[in-house]
Parts: sequence; C-alpha cells; structure tokens
Amino acid sequence: MKEETTESKAVSKNLKFEYDPAPESFPVEIAEKYGHFIGGEFVAPNSGKYLDSINPATGEKLFSLAVGDATDVDKAVTAATNAFENTWGKLTGTERAKYLFRVARIIQERSRELAVLETMDGGKPIKESRDVDLPLVAQHFFYNAGWADKMDYILPGKTLKPLGVCGQIIPWNFPLLMAAWKIAPALAMGNTVVLKPAEQTSLTALRLAEIFQEAELPAGTVNIVTGAGETGAAIVDHPKIKKIAFTGSTDIGKLIAKQAGKTDKKLTMELGGKSAHIVFADAAIDQAVEGAVNGIFFNQGHVCCAGSRLIVEESIKETFIRKLQARMKQIRVGNPLDKNTDLGAINSTEQLEKIKDLVEIGKTEGGKFWQVDIPLPTTGNFFAPCFFTDQSMSSTISRTEVFGPVLTISTFRTPDEAIKKANDTPYGLAAGVWSEKASKIHSVAAGLKAGVIWANTYNKFDAASPFGGYKESGYGREGGRHGLLPYVEVQ
Amino acid sequence: MKVLKTVKMYINGEFQRSESGRTEAFNDHTGTEYARVCHASRKDFRNTLEAAKSGQANWSKRSSYNRSQIIYRMAEMLEARKDEFVTTMTSLMGTDEKVVRKDIRAALDSLIFYTGFCDKYQQVLGAVNPINGPYHNFSSPEPMGVVVIVDSDEFKLSLTVDRIASALVGGNSVIMLVSKNFPVLTTLLGEIFSTSDLPAGTVNLLSGSAKELAPIYATHREVRALSFQNEDKELYHQVRSDSIDNMKRIIPRTEKTNTLDHILSTVEIKTVWHPIGV
Repeated sequence: MKEETTESKAVSKNLKFEYDPAPESFPVEIAEKYGHFIGGEFVAPNSGKYLDSINPATGEKLFSLAVGDATDVDKAVTAATNAFENTWGKLTGTERAKYLFRVARIIQERSRELAVLETMDGGKPIKESRDVDLPLVAQHFFYNAGWADKMDYILPGKTLKPLGVCGQIIPWNFPLLMAAWKIAPALAMGNTVVLKPAEQTSLTALRLAEIFQEAELPAGTVNIVTGAGETGAAIVDHPKIKKIAFTGSTDIGKLIAKQAGKTDKKLTMELGGKSAHIVFADAAIDQAVEGAVNGIFFNQGHVCCAGSRLIVEESIKETFIRKLQARMKQIRVGNPLDKNTDLGAINSTEQLEKIKDLVEIGKTEGGKFWQVDIPLPTTGNFFAPCFFTDQSMSSTISRTEVFGPVLTISTFRTPDEAIKKANDTPYGLAAGVWSEKASKIHSVAAGLKAGVIWANTYNKFDAASPFGGYKESGYGREGGRHGLLPYVEVQ
Repeated sequence: MKVLKTVKMYINGEFQRSESGRTEAFNDHTGTEYARVCHASRKDFRNTLEAAKSGQANWSKRSSYNRSQIIYRMAEMLEARKDEFVTTMTSLMGTDEKVVRKDIRAALDSLIFYTGFCDKYQQVLGAVNPINGPYHNFSSPEPMGVVVIVDSDEFKLSLTVDRIASALVGGNSVIMLVSKNFPVLTTLLGEIFSTSDLPAGTVNLLSGSAKELAPIYATHREVRALSFQNEDKELYHQVRSDSIDNMKRIIPRTEKTNTLDHILSTVEIKTVWHPIGV
C-alpha cells in the first residue's frame, strides 16, 4: 500500500479531534423485576423464576425478567384466543386502525425514553436507537395501521381473513423494532399475538406493553411472555397457535421450522445472512467506502443483512482498502449512551466470545487480519472493527455469519464473477452493489439471489419496503404490502 | 392379441425409461392390465433435476410475452388432442365421459387463465414502495427456481394443469410426480408439452411412489420449492419437517384453480433500493 496519501498524512500529523463525553440524558425508570404481560396485566411467572438482564456496556444487572413456561404460554394463548374471538377480532378495520395509530403516536411521544432503554439494555449506540430504531418503530405501527381497513386492496380480486393467534419470537439485535415489525402487521390484519422477546433484551417490549395499556388496547390482543429457548419452544408447540413468525439465527430457525413443520401452522422465517457488498471500479468510491462501513459496522454488525462480504473490483482494491482503513480509524467505539459513539457494546458476553472465536479461526485459516488499534473501555463487551483479506472463499470466516464488526474482503474481475461470488452462499437475505452505471446496477441486481438489494446505498429500512430472504435466509416478507400476506389466509 | 406398451416418463423434453429399469403393471378400472409404467428412482430424480435447472435458466430468460405464447400453445395442443384424453381417461378410470369432458374444458380454461397472467402478474404482485426519504424502491416477483410437485392420488386434469401452469407463469421449471392413479399422464401430457415449444427440461413428468420419492425431494438442497398436493397428510407433515435443511418453500395442498395466489406461492419478492439525488 502507498504511504503518501492524504489520509496517512493527516494521521501522521495527528490532526485528530478529541471528543468530550456527550452522554444522552433522560431520566428513565426501570423496575427491579418484570412479570409477563398477559390479558392486559403484568403477572408473575408460574415458575416463580427470573433471569438477570445485563447492560452489556457496563456488565451490570439492569433488571430481572420472568421466565415463561408452558403454563404461562398457555395462559397467554388463552387470553389471545379470547381477544381474537370476542374483542379485537370483532372490531372493524377502521377501529383497529384507530388503536394502531394511537399506539404509533404514543411511541413517538415516548421515543427518547424508549431509545435510552434500548441502548441500556442492548448496547447499541444512542444515535442509532434514537435516529433509526425508534422512528422506524413508530412508522411500522403508523404504516400498518392504515392497512387495517384496506384488506380488500392487498391482493387484487382476493378476500383475506385473519389467521387467529400468532406466536412471534424475536431476536436481541433490534429488540423494539422487531417487536413492531411483528406486532403491527399481525394486529392490522385482525390477528392477536403472543410475543417472546429475546432474553437478553426484553425491556423495551415490556415498555411497549405499558404503551398498549396506555392506548387501551383490548386486553389479550398482545401478550408478552419473556424467557429463553424453552419459552419459545412452548410457543412453537402450542396447538392453538395458528402461525409462527420468527426472526433470529438460521440454526434456531431450522429447529423451529422442523418442529412446526409437523403441524399445519403457517410460518414466516427471517433468518441469518452473509450478504455480499459488491463495489465496481466505476462506483463513487468515497460514497462506497461510507456504504461499506455502514454495511458492516451498523449496530456492531449485529444485523442479519450486514454487508459482511465486501467484493471489490480488482483494479481498485488497494485504493479502496486504504480509504476504508482511514475511515475505520475514525469510528468511535465506546459508551453507547454517548451521542458521539459510532460502535457500541457487543450485545452479550456470549456473542463477544463467539466473535473472538470466529476471528481466531479466520486467522488460523490463513486470512490476513487488520483491526483498528484503539483503546477499548475496560468494562463491558467491546470489540474493535476489523477485516480480513486474502481469505479463501471456502474459509469459515467467508461463509459463517459472524454477527459482529468483522468484514471479509475479496476481489472480482467481471460482473459475472461478482454475481457468482455473491450468490455462492446458502443465504440470500440482502446484497449491495455500487456503480455509477445504471444499466450495470439493474443487470447485477437482477442476477443477485437475495430479497433486498441496496444499490448505491446499504442498510436502509422502511415500513413500506418489503424485507426478507431467499434460500436459507428464510421465507416470507415483512414491511410493505407484501409484509401483510404472512398474516392472512387468502380465500 | 393386444400390444402392451411401457409408458415412459417425460424428462428433459424426451421420453425416457427409468434408469433402474423398474416398471410396474398399471391396470384399468376393471383390473385389466393396460400397460407397464416406469417407477422413478432417486437417480432418475437427480438427472431430472439437472435438466430442470438448465430448463429453468432458459425459461426464466424468455420474455413474459414469449412465455405466455408457449402456455397458449399448450392450450392449442390440448384442444387438438382432447379426444385422446377423453378416450384414455374414461377407459382407464371408468369416469363418466361428461365429467371427463368438463374436467378437460376446465384444464383448457386454466391454461388460458395463466397464459394471460405471464405478462401481468409482475404488475399485480409488484410494487413501487413509498419510502420515507429520497429513495426509489420497487419490489418485483422472481422465480424460485425448480418447483417439485407431488400430485394428488385422485387424478383431476384441471387441478394438475393448474399446478404446473401456475408455477410456469413465474419463470420456474417443474418436476411433477404424477398421480399414481393415472401414471400414463407422463406421455399423454408429455406429448402436449413436447409439441408446445417449451424449452427442454422446463416441465418434467415422473411416475412412481410418493411415499418413496417425496422424502427424497424434501431433503434435496437444490429443490427450492415443493408443492405437496398429495392427500397423505402424515407424509405432508413429514416432508415439511424434513425440508428444513435448505429452508425449502413448502406449498400445501389446494383444490382452488385459476388464482393469483398460486402464482404468488412460487415466486420470491425482491426489493431494490436506489437513492434519488444529483
């Protein structure tokens, strides 16, 4: 790599801004422990057992969450069935819309509080929970609310009916946003819900339950049962649940699909990915560098559609990597509640260990490793952004979803080769392509086997935009008109 | 003395015997042996899958207009040969001729229905999505790839034709395990397909046992979607549960015909984003 570049000069002259701490302030109240939200009330778990929820940025306990068992789940399903048969399921679309619009408004009003809680519970930077997660959460309720009275317009010529009680199991990377993605379309279509948040990040879902109370949503319309894998299994196994919607890892998704496959339950699966991010030599390079950074380091890389495989045209490899390194050195890793933080805490100690293990495997399998050299906070779970080059296409680090701030970089010579490399994965959630040539963008986008293609952008989300994968990244879409179809029966 | 034939399977645009050489007697409704029928093996399926993959690549690259004309050609061929269908279906199954003629008419109507959808379902199922920001964002349907159909035991031509045609509309190729009660369909319908300008491998018709073959289809990683139309509920649940290795799309049994949601069940929705700005 060339030494005399503007970036390296800037670094050598120590032209570096120091940032003072800029912590977000908002008094949030967190109870010592939370029960399940069933039939419109918070109730103690049948087992009497609770789990600790840890703030990953400090390692300290934040609160205790109830551990749900089959009895708790059955109570929740009974409440949801009752609401489907007698209250929520009997409302007109217009009335359902009014409730959901009201929920959206309350979320907007309480968005700072929810953002702070999300960051404390999950470790994501406050600027992301404040500027990305929360606006999208409110938008998902607002957008889907408007569909509640328009079911006849969703699939032309077809009458759509709700399914009944939907069991929904969500992950820890976008806790409240995933709850919104799941709950809003299900309710808009007239279903009722039993939702299990991830045990690492249950706090904002429980706060959402309080918002449902505030909005006077009929009791039992949404029930939240907290806990870990066994609680989820009880939901999957419950005979009265008509549909399972899951977002999470491909491994767990397959177990759920295997179990639910033995029944007639409908399934939506939003699973993992190893998304390709293709940069052509004719791309706007500085923008593409920014896109690559956003693609893999957004939310600490805890993103199912993270652009974790950067595939750069061979002729610009050196320039691109040099610019990428310069940009990565500017990433601020640290206190997630600090408004200047770019990369927050890794969600759990378990996940941090997994990332470290995969990086070690990557090194032993022959990839060249580069990591930003910065001091990390001494407490909490942190990991500096890094990438691999010269790893083989078949290496573990090239094929396994890391779910952390770890990028792999490889090269291509022709568009066909780029498409082949991009599609050489069992996953098919998302892909990115950077080029200033529109005809190339269209032909490459058409060749990529993935549900979401970001052209000259990456990691953009919207309530009106369908999201979901091809192949082992799952089935079904969330968002947009297509996101309603998993929650209806076509007559 | 009657000349007994062996009914071949329709694979890669050709009529082929099972590589295993395995055949079984097929009797008409009176119990008289009508013909020997092939019993597809696992290897037959693998060979067919290779053909179906290349057929799908060809078929999905055809323009929608071209695809619609080829499906229309199937209707033309079926119309021309419907008396042969009537004779074979009535004599083998013992079904009343009126019922058979009605079924064939419905199958023709189904081909006409899907002919017209080839260049329209994209507009009906696709969308331009209104993003909260400066982005052009659109969703469009794409084929899943190779769709394997395990047909019902009770044979009804109109249902079978709907299941094949609805998958073809979206640019998929098809491997169908035909009804065990009417295995001669492999040649009867195969002759329609082979004379309809359909690229080789786009539709393939196998005969054999659903119990034996459906689990093989379910676990094969290159099958993207499995339409399980057989009546065996237990086998359906087994297939659905076993198909998770590559997160196969499983399409449950339906007796509806001529419907948009059948096209929807064999397509993926792809969403493309691009910024707007100068």
